[in-house]
Amino acid sequence: MSRTLVDSVYIPPETSSFDTMIIWRTISVLFVFGSWEIAGRIPISIAFPTFFETMTALFEMIMDGRLAHAYFETLKPLLVGVGISAGFGVLIGTSMGLYRSVQWLGEPIFIVMQAAPMAALIPLVTFVYGIGLAAKVCAVVILAAPIIVLNSYKAVTNANVSLIQMCASFQGSRVQQIIRVIIPDASPMIFAGLRLGVAAGFIGVILAELLITPTGIGDLITYHRSVAEYADMYAAIFSIILFAAVTIGLLEKAEIAYFRPERKKKKGS
Amino acid sequence: MTTVIASPTQEEHSRVNDTAQEIVEVSGITKVYPGGTVALRGVDLAFPKGKMTTLLGPSGCGKTTLLKIIAGLLDATEGVVRVNGKEVSGPGPERAFVFQDFALLPWATVLTNVGFGLEMQGVDKATREAKSRSYITKVGLAGFEDNYPHELSGGMRQRVGLARALAVSADVLLMDEPFSAVDEQTRRLFQEELLRLLAMENKTVIFVTHSIEEAVYVSDQIVLLSPRPGRINRVVIPGIERDGKTPDEIRREPGFLDTVEDIWDTLKKYLDEERMV
Repeated sequence: MSRTLVDSVYIPPETSSFDTMIIWRTISVLFVFGSWEIAGRIPISIAFPTFFETMTALFEMIMDGRLAHAYFETLKPLLVGVGISAGFGVLIGTSMGLYRSVQWLGEPIFIVMQAAPMAALIPLVTFVYGIGLAAKVCAVVILAAPIIVLNSYKAVTNANVSLIQMCASFQGSRVQQIIRVIIPDASPMIFAGLRLGVAAGFIGVILAELLITPTGIGDLITYHRSVAEYADMYAAIFSIILFAAVTIGLLEKAEIAYFRPERKKKKGS
Repeated sequence: MTTVIASPTQEEHSRVNDTAQEIVEVSGITKVYPGGTVALRGVDLAFPKGKMTTLLGPSGCGKTTLLKIIAGLLDATEGVVRVNGKEVSGPGPERAFVFQDFALLPWATVLTNVGFGLEMQGVDKATREAKSRSYITKVGLAGFEDNYPHELSGGMRQRVGLARALAVSADVLLMDEPFSAVDEQTRRLFQEELLRLLAMENKTVIFVTHSIEEAVYVSDQIVLLSPRPGRINRVVIPGIERDGKTPDEIRREPGFLDTVEDIWDTLKKYLDEERMV
């Protein structure tokens, strides 16, 4: 009998191997950088440097410490803002999914926050919180939190009913249902919200540094634009995009490692 | 020999299964869903210990609703469920549920899935793993302990669900169309395996299926439900003699075929009535 079973093991259709994936991703990156280099050489604008000029400027900024200093400034409101948004956002969103009263209380607020052009509120934030760290943290939170809250809320609301019933059928308590079934089942969507929220947090911090007071990466961008050092300006922009992409990639890795180990196997298959 | 009891009372059940003690009794079960849909009305039934009882009926007759009420996963609007003579109002350790869609945790290995019920009951990790491994072997999945559900076929996933239910040592197994998601060959193999496992484990099984042939083949008694609102139409005791016969021989026996035909006639009547409406 077990022989028959072993024979009937489901073999998933062959997926691209790891090597093939690396090759295609490298081609994708080379295509973008190559296009950038060509566009810079034409040039499409005098304000558009080549890829190599930008990378040279980036290297110089790293070596003379300007980039490290700028990130030290930018990371303060970003980390505090994203930390507040992620911690409270997941908690509030999960509670909205679990308890009807919290849902009724929170849903209208966060739907309006998500729909509203929050960047337009930054002058108001400056009016209330001034031009210091608090205002920048607030800018990050108002952009990141609604996405994280609403994704967590929807994730918990759509948790697999059959799994919850299964847990209940084995006398799992409500707390066990939440910790062992609902949160892990909702984790892909919660983490998707976190990734989008962190990306929005990056937008928030750069907007704050451009619109409130020029500090950190925002200052580098503003300053180098004003003195027409476009390679340096693009280097600063490139660095923040790279930093955001790496952070979001690390979040995905954390999700797979701690919540969905089966996806690691799926990816490796 | 097939025995048919029309609209049986619990006393009549006891006469038919006079050697078996009743482990689950449902009395006056009515279920009205929000919105007013009456799924079940006044259902009285008794399930003999150590036997397999199948709930059979047209779609929407409340088979799964009744099973979930017995499991304590749904509340009845009226009526009571007694297990071992004690009234129950929620899930309990004496009952274990096997789900139609397997309900396996996709992020957990076979070993963790099988031990999930034990974990919920507070069993320590070492005992849990030892017991889970034993049941994984019993259902024929030895060697797959560290695999994830997405790496298994439908039949294998349902075996994990069955092992999880057996591992908690519940007296009563509640199975909601457990073979509906597997192909015909696997379904027949599974039926044989289930009968073998149940003979070993001495469990009482309440089984929901849409397949008349499956119901007649595996059951000690078949409860035929009427269309919604579900009521007991009659109870059929197939009385299949298995001694020394192969599954194919059993399925070719006149008694088996007549019982299948008889149940089909009843269900067909329901379908015709529904079509007329």
